[in-house]
Amino acid sequence: MIQLAWLILVFPLAGFFLISFGKSIMKGQSAGIVASLTVFASFILSALIFFSLPETPQNIHLFNWIQSGSLTIPFSILIDRISIIMLLIITGVGFLIHVYSIGYMKGDEGYSRFFSYLNLFVFFMLILVMASDYVFLFAGWEGVGLCSYLLIGFWFKNTEYNKAANKAFIMNRIGDLGFLLGIFLMYVTFGSTTFENVFSAASGYSSNQGVIVAITMLLFIGAMGKSAQIPLYTWLPDAMAGPTPVSALIHAATMVTAGIYMIVRSNILYSLAPFTLDFIAIIGTATAVLAALIAMVQTDIKKVLAYSTVSQLGYMFVALGAGAYSSSLFHVTTHAFFKALLFLAAGSVIHAMSGEQNINRMGGLRKKLPITYFVFLIGTLAIAGIPPFAGFFSKDEILSKVYLQHPTLFIVLAITSVLTAIYMFRVFFLTFYGTFRGTHDQAHHLHESPPVMTTPLIILAILSTLGGFLGMPAVFGSTNKIEHFLHESVSFPVAWSQQEPTHAFEWILMLTSVIILAIIIILTYRRFATQQILVSDNEGEQSTPVKLAYRKFYVDELYNSVITKPLNALSGFFYKSIDTKLIDGFVNSIGKGITSGSSFLRLAQTGYVGFYIFAMVFGLIAILLYNLVIK
Amino acid sequence: MLTLLIFFPLLAAIVAAFSGKSAGKIALVFGIAEFAISIWMLLSFNPNGGMQFGQDFWWIKNLGISYKVGLDGISLLMVLLTTFLVPLIILSSFGREYKNPALFYSLILIMQFALVGVFSALDGFLFYVFWELALIPIYLICLLWGGKNSLRITLKFFIYTLTGSLLMLVALIWLWQQTPGTHTFDIAAFYNLQLTASQQGFVFWAFFLAFAIKMPVFPFHTWQPDTYVDSPTPGTMLLSGIMLKMGVYGVIRWLLPIAPAGIEEWGFTAIVLSVIGIIYASCIAIVQKDFKRLIAYSSIAHVGLISAGVFSLTFQGIQGGVLQMISHGINVVGLFFIAELISRRTHTNEMNELGGIRIHAPQFATYFIIILLASIALPLTNGFVGEFLLLNGVFQYNSTLAAIAGLSIILAAVYSLRAFQKISLGEANNRTIKFPELTLQEKCVLVPLIIMIFWIGIFPDTLLSIAGPSVEALQHSITRSADMTMIKN
Repeated sequence: MIQLAWLILVFPLAGFFLISFGKSIMKGQSAGIVASLTVFASFILSALIFFSLPETPQNIHLFNWIQSGSLTIPFSILIDRISIIMLLIITGVGFLIHVYSIGYMKGDEGYSRFFSYLNLFVFFMLILVMASDYVFLFAGWEGVGLCSYLLIGFWFKNTEYNKAANKAFIMNRIGDLGFLLGIFLMYVTFGSTTFENVFSAASGYSSNQGVIVAITMLLFIGAMGKSAQIPLYTWLPDAMAGPTPVSALIHAATMVTAGIYMIVRSNILYSLAPFTLDFIAIIGTATAVLAALIAMVQTDIKKVLAYSTVSQLGYMFVALGAGAYSSSLFHVTTHAFFKALLFLAAGSVIHAMSGEQNINRMGGLRKKLPITYFVFLIGTLAIAGIPPFAGFFSKDEILSKVYLQHPTLFIVLAITSVLTAIYMFRVFFLTFYGTFRGTHDQAHHLHESPPVMTTPLIILAILSTLGGFLGMPAVFGSTNKIEHFLHESVSFPVAWSQQEPTHAFEWILMLTSVIILAIIIILTYRRFATQQILVSDNEGEQSTPVKLAYRKFYVDELYNSVITKPLNALSGFFYKSIDTKLIDGFVNSIGKGITSGSSFLRLAQTGYVGFYIFAMVFGLIAILLYNLVIK
Repeated sequence: MLTLLIFFPLLAAIVAAFSGKSAGKIALVFGIAEFAISIWMLLSFNPNGGMQFGQDFWWIKNLGISYKVGLDGISLLMVLLTTFLVPLIILSSFGREYKNPALFYSLILIMQFALVGVFSALDGFLFYVFWELALIPIYLICLLWGGKNSLRITLKFFIYTLTGSLLMLVALIWLWQQTPGTHTFDIAAFYNLQLTASQQGFVFWAFFLAFAIKMPVFPFHTWQPDTYVDSPTPGTMLLSGIMLKMGVYGVIRWLLPIAPAGIEEWGFTAIVLSVIGIIYASCIAIVQKDFKRLIAYSSIAHVGLISAGVFSLTFQGIQGGVLQMISHGINVVGLFFIAELISRRTHTNEMNELGGIRIHAPQFATYFIIILLASIALPLTNGFVGEFLLLNGVFQYNSTLAAIAGLSIILAAVYSLRAFQKISLGEANNRTIKFPELTLQEKCVLVPLIIMIFWIGIFPDTLLSIAGPSVEALQHSITRSADMTMIKN
């Protein structure tokens, strides 16, 4: 069975080609059905492999991709416990989102194009998690970035959407440069880029050795881009320009967790670099709290969810920073369930509201959209961390692990989880409770989504309810299944003492959080469901702190004035002053001086001498510079 | 067989010159036949066999000049690039009427003759003759079929490159004087010279300037953007797709093995210049308004990386350079063809006047973005493998320089995506509202390019393995002559 694992890759790729080249044959919704079936086939195969998974990691060599001197980069896939979890998430959640899209994208003129991109995305995402080599992983890494670009700018007539797509791609490229340099340093250090060789060679290094810290930091820069961490997070909220299923699949459940996957995969390296882990924990915490603050006041339902995703990704990174790799992957799993659910439910709301995304113009939708209301409630309970829903277990696990390694960060994270509950219930109550605040036309069109959309929602709701039991902690008398499953696959920083949180601490943590959450629900209900207090979209009416968060702390403006504008100015300077005036002017002046007194033939002759002087002068300057500056 | 390959285009040029209106079709048939010959040679080539298809007889015996040709893995790939691209370039020109087609197409074929000659020559003088011969047809193409300012621009181009090649001639003659006994221009004799470090420094600069102008490397590049923009598109394709590779090829074949000590001394300077050029040209590309000029500057950036990689003298740098020459040739020809199609249909290359082409010509937009993605080095396209190896090579040489050069992958995304957005996305305007979809003939040019983009991206080993042993031999000869210099010093 495991020898057929490459077929998991082939199905979505075949789907991509079928849909791309068979556009003329594919009538109606057949493109959506084909796309969904291919992902479903990959899911079935992944599940079969999961149930027959051998104890040791399995390498399946396809062929050699790049062979240059001592550098060999194979196209070979690796199936182990880490990749199988990711495979199940990608194909499972991916399949549900594909099915949902059949209904959501119905009637769009780019219907089949949408599904071909979606299939291509799944293909690259699968490469990313199945690769057994950093460079092959990087191929998937950039491939998903491409699909993200294509899907954010899916409605390409809109210039704003195109700009968001460009921004996503370029910000990711900044991270990718770090990733690439990390790969180069890895090759120079270990003589290979294949996981197996790198990890075995790394075992000879001691903790916090400079080169290991450098490699892990560079790889983490890549993760910052892909997984939207400070300072490279601003593309993700803009990425909401894409159709909502894209936000669910790519910008919540799968692609943005690639950075976490990559670090879990490289856990041997990271455990050798506690310095980098500390750094990751700080970045993760800062991102989590910053994004949560912004989410508090956003009025676009998708923007709230987007910042919430950034914030939750921050949680996962803090977990990594605490050396709790399996906890992080656990949160990746539950987050994939409940965030996909929330996005798709939001899509159902937007669908019903004829494209409206502003929660200020919603309200009271629970009667018209009972299923959507119910699943959104479950998603909210899950992300807020209310037992026994999925987010409760994974978030508590992260909090208790972080408490052991970074007590200060723990406090910030605990506050962030309070914020999370507040902004989620705010959206929930403003959308589904109170009175309808939209136009008459919108009210007239309100309708529940068709079964093709609600069925995936219900399944995701079940997963968001039960998913947490995969990692139920020992304090409830069971074994933590995910942690146990991954036990052999992840390491722990040797420099740190590994402790288990005491049961007393866990009980206190859980009880406190339940009490606080109960209070939050009551307060938010009064404020947003009963009183319907809104954040005005008119900035004149906002108080200063609200305005600050509403304008996302002016980070985009900052980047614009610190990076974009100077770059353009520099480029213009290079072009107009240096290139046209200085260099070309110099070259032309040689020519002109000579032309003035010579015929064409003599010009060619003397031009040589003139240039020779130029070359000599240039050479002299170069020699001088070389001796003065460089040596 | 190699002699047939070299002179066949000359024969074709003569036939084309006398065939009047149908010259284009005849040139295409000859071009395809030439490609078939080169494929046949590829099939009988043994990557581990060193120089092959060799032929060697006296040309001017008294001066030690011989007709000595041969191909190793590196030059074979360059020849294949030439024979692959020339028929496509000819085909791509059919959508536009060129006055006096007989002369036009026979000049293209003479150009091919000279290019194949440059890549095969193993005698210094022969190399020089082919090198200069290549300049004349392209000069005439740009001059006679170019835009308004063609006289001024081509003159500058001509003088600039001629200056470089004269420097090279000086170096070749000087090397000839150093050969023992009755002097010879044989490359093998040049390889065996035992020059002092300072002599090698001189050889380095003479060759380097010639090659740097041709590529072009910063700051010797200012002839390039004007020439690329002003030339008729087939001329631009010949220049950017193949001719600039003469410069890099010259470095690999003539500069590195003859003056390794010169590289040791000056290689750092050459790499720094290349890296400056990468960033400098990428930045300038960002502010371009004309799409053709944007490609011209992006080409300077790409070639800068090739040059930096080759001068790093690392295995991956040189092999990546060879592969990237092929990939860049394919991608840049594709991009200039896209620019040509846009200007044929809308009569402009000003990006601000375009937009929304994708609405009515989705296939055109798809081909366009694939080529663009290849040129910004997306994995599984040809551009990635080359840039990955090149940057890797530079990184082994100096990690800081690699990090700076690596900024180009970000900047390239900036200007390329911006160009794509302005040209293809958004709402259509008066110019683009009736943009016709690709014709079958145009697809015949693009499809082979696309196939090669993915073929090299996914199976680069098929090309890398041809060049590998030759790169190894090259590295070996560099270290050997470096050792000899050390002993002598």
